[in-house]
Amino acid sequence: MTGSPYITQPRRETPRVMQLVLLALLPGITAHWWLFGPGILVSLLLCSLFAIGFESLALLMRNRPIGFYLRDNTALVTAWLLALSMPTLAPWWLYLVGIFFAIIVAKHFYGGMGQNLFNPAMVGFAVLILSFPVQMTQWPAPAALAAHVPSLVEAFDLVFAGQGALSVDAYTSATPLDSLKTQLRAGTAFDDIAGQAIFGHIGGTGGEIVALMFLAGGLLLLALRLITWHIPLAFLAAIALTAGVIQLIEPGEQAGILFHLATGGAMLGAFFIATDPITAASTPRGKLLYAAGAGFLTVIIRVYGNFPDGVAFAVLLMNIAAPLIDLYTQPRVFGQTGRKDKQP
Amino acid sequence: MRSLHPFPGGVHPADHKAESNGRPIAQAPLLPRYVVPLRQHIGTPAKPVVKVGDKVLKGQSIGHADGYVSTAIHAPTSGRVVAVAPQPVPHPSGIADLAIVIEADGDDRAIEYEPLIDWRSMDPSTLRNRIRDLGLAGLGGAVFPSYIKLNPKSAGRVPTLILNGAECEPWITCDDRLMRERAHDILRGTAVIQSLLHAEEILIGIEDNKPEAIAAMREAAEQCGFPIEVVAVPTQYPAGGGKQLTYLLTGKETPSGALSTDIGIQVFNVGTAYSLYRAIEFGEPVISRVVTATGHVAEPQNIEVRIGTPIADLIRLAGGELSGASGRLIGGPMMGFDLRDTAAPITKAVNCVIVKSPALFPPAPPPMPCIRCGECARACPVSLQPFEMHWYAKARDFGKAQGYQLFDCIECGCCSYVCPSHIPLVDYFRFAKSEIWAREREKQAAEQARTRHEFHQFRAEREKQEKADKLAAKAAERLKQAEPTTATADPEAERKKAILQAAIERAKKAKEDVTPKNVDNVSAEVRHEIEEIEARRAKLREAAHAQDEDKA
Repeated sequence: MTGSPYITQPRRETPRVMQLVLLALLPGITAHWWLFGPGILVSLLLCSLFAIGFESLALLMRNRPIGFYLRDNTALVTAWLLALSMPTLAPWWLYLVGIFFAIIVAKHFYGGMGQNLFNPAMVGFAVLILSFPVQMTQWPAPAALAAHVPSLVEAFDLVFAGQGALSVDAYTSATPLDSLKTQLRAGTAFDDIAGQAIFGHIGGTGGEIVALMFLAGGLLLLALRLITWHIPLAFLAAIALTAGVIQLIEPGEQAGILFHLATGGAMLGAFFIATDPITAASTPRGKLLYAAGAGFLTVIIRVYGNFPDGVAFAVLLMNIAAPLIDLYTQPRVFGQTGRKDKQP
Repeated sequence: MRSLHPFPGGVHPADHKAESNGRPIAQAPLLPRYVVPLRQHIGTPAKPVVKVGDKVLKGQSIGHADGYVSTAIHAPTSGRVVAVAPQPVPHPSGIADLAIVIEADGDDRAIEYEPLIDWRSMDPSTLRNRIRDLGLAGLGGAVFPSYIKLNPKSAGRVPTLILNGAECEPWITCDDRLMRERAHDILRGTAVIQSLLHAEEILIGIEDNKPEAIAAMREAAEQCGFPIEVVAVPTQYPAGGGKQLTYLLTGKETPSGALSTDIGIQVFNVGTAYSLYRAIEFGEPVISRVVTATGHVAEPQNIEVRIGTPIADLIRLAGGELSGASGRLIGGPMMGFDLRDTAAPITKAVNCVIVKSPALFPPAPPPMPCIRCGECARACPVSLQPFEMHWYAKARDFGKAQGYQLFDCIECGCCSYVCPSHIPLVDYFRFAKSEIWAREREKQAAEQARTRHEFHQFRAEREKQEKADKLAAKAAERLKQAEPTTATADPEAERKKAILQAAIERAKKAKEDVTPKNVDNVSAEVRHEIEEIEARRAKLREAAHAQDEDKA
């Protein structure tokens, strides 16, 4: 099959699209490095290597050209998104297990690039938080509050050799979402919790700056027209609306809109995870529905669920619904007077 | 200023118009040999009316319209028919098609043309038939027989006439040059269309990358004496698509599966209007057209050639191929196709020949998987979801592909053009469409075979039944005659009795049949004789019998 058109001119080729996504993650990564220490570089490196390894292995076993598919950079995007969703300085095998489930199970079991129903990074994350909840909630403390910030060498030591010289308490702390949840359950009044140092100005010391930088990266994606406005806007708007309504129902008991927007995976999710074109809805109206659902679920899981953050589960749940949403939100075809019924 | 209605999607490929639009239209010299295919229009191919050895004159009809959707073809010059046989033709399939090959005698003598100067006073249906016999078909590439489009009867009246001068495909400039050089003539042809359609509004859409053509057409429009609006439309492929141009100029969507006449609009290419002018003014049939010869040739330009000119000759007239040529395209790069054989001729449908080179047309990189980025959907001028249709076409789930309105795809190529993964999307859609058509045909054939088989069975069954009924009726009749009063309680016994009776009767009848009949109905004398003979025979038998007993 080689007919017309005889000329093609994609705005950007697929490998380049993925490269630009990686590029847009750099502001957030830099902020993370600055505010939480160089440990993030170790987890990014490890995840990247594991991802390339598993991708090559899967391609080899599936008898696909390895170099050709590795060049598409999708494995790296998955690796980075998972690394940024996981606690840095976690033991190396935690990254290995996460990447295994992301690349092998969520991606290649479904037929490889473009065929996966679920966001691979979020599958990896979900498996880890269900299986290893302890390791998955040991986040490094913000540099400003930590007793000690591990250096790059110490970070390697921690990841590979375990705690070694440093005690876990010296560099980890509960995340704002985590401590909010525990303390609210313990009966502490919201105002007392919010006054603690870990909460920073709006979304947690350090974390809120990182979120802001992911927002900046996300705006870059928008400016480069790699994503459309539908998903980030609907996702963030749904978070704000849901958080606002919950605050109205339980005044003084719950965190506010800004907190929910600036903490956890909200910004990363809005611009980099929910926007994954392969697993998201694809029609303009479908994107709005899909992302609004994910935003709503994120806050519901955060507030009423068992996990501190809800982005991963919210996105995975909406991944299930995406094909159906697409089916019922098809745009009107030029010249069609009424939508014909789709065969579901 | 007319307000335009931008259609969705579209792309902006490099237009490459400057290569060929700088020179005036060149006239091709007379060539020694022309190949005139009989299939030069949508519909039934023309029926050949000449045979090998016939002498023909320029403009002589050598193929008549065959059926309703058809039109005539004519000899491009005077000479001798040397073949009526399959020849290479410019078709994507590369399959040869029936053509009439004419060897020119060099005199270029024409038949006596009958101009239709008084077309205004002619009966419209007579005029249309003349137009059919002069071989007019849409020269924009779709080659639909013009006389059908000029018949407003089905629609009553066509209030809006759109002249298509958009020429949105890259490289092609034949309409551009034609509008620059022959604007007045185009409008003279347009007057005929306007009159036959009773059009009140005439719009000419020209892409704004052809300012000279726009200026020329505007100037001619001012002088032509009837209201025509020349509209500059933004340069955006596929603005020249009939439905796209219609929407762009009027804001009216041609309903899916309908014709533009259903919304009171008819679209004609400017080249068709020009050939109509030639037909009216000189009585000249369509025996030539302007073709762009461009790409990797020495002198890219537009050349007016006769229909039937071998493409190899056209390329030669454009200075010949430069070294490193890697093939030829017929039509533009977005919707055209690869030419297999340069012996194939120019037909009414060929508006452009592009000689390829690896630099101008680099091979597409190998396709990568679809990431559902939606670029194709944003580029689609019909608002389809090509990535979904591709998915189902690839999986051969053609029903689903049709559910995504596969048949609204105009195969413009925008989706393939923008795909970041270099997926040949349009190829998948062509494949899916052809598969669906093939299956439809198979289904129809199977349906026909089934109906035939069922009728055959029905007939056999009916004959058997009729036979059985006849027998039963006969049996019943005999039974009635034999025992009219017998009434048995047991119908089974009665039936058996009837069968037995029938058998007895049959046996009786058989016996009667073998008994000589010539002894019946004889005179008394003869009967007497017979009795005497019988008596003698009896005596003899008795004597013989006695002898036998004695011996024993």
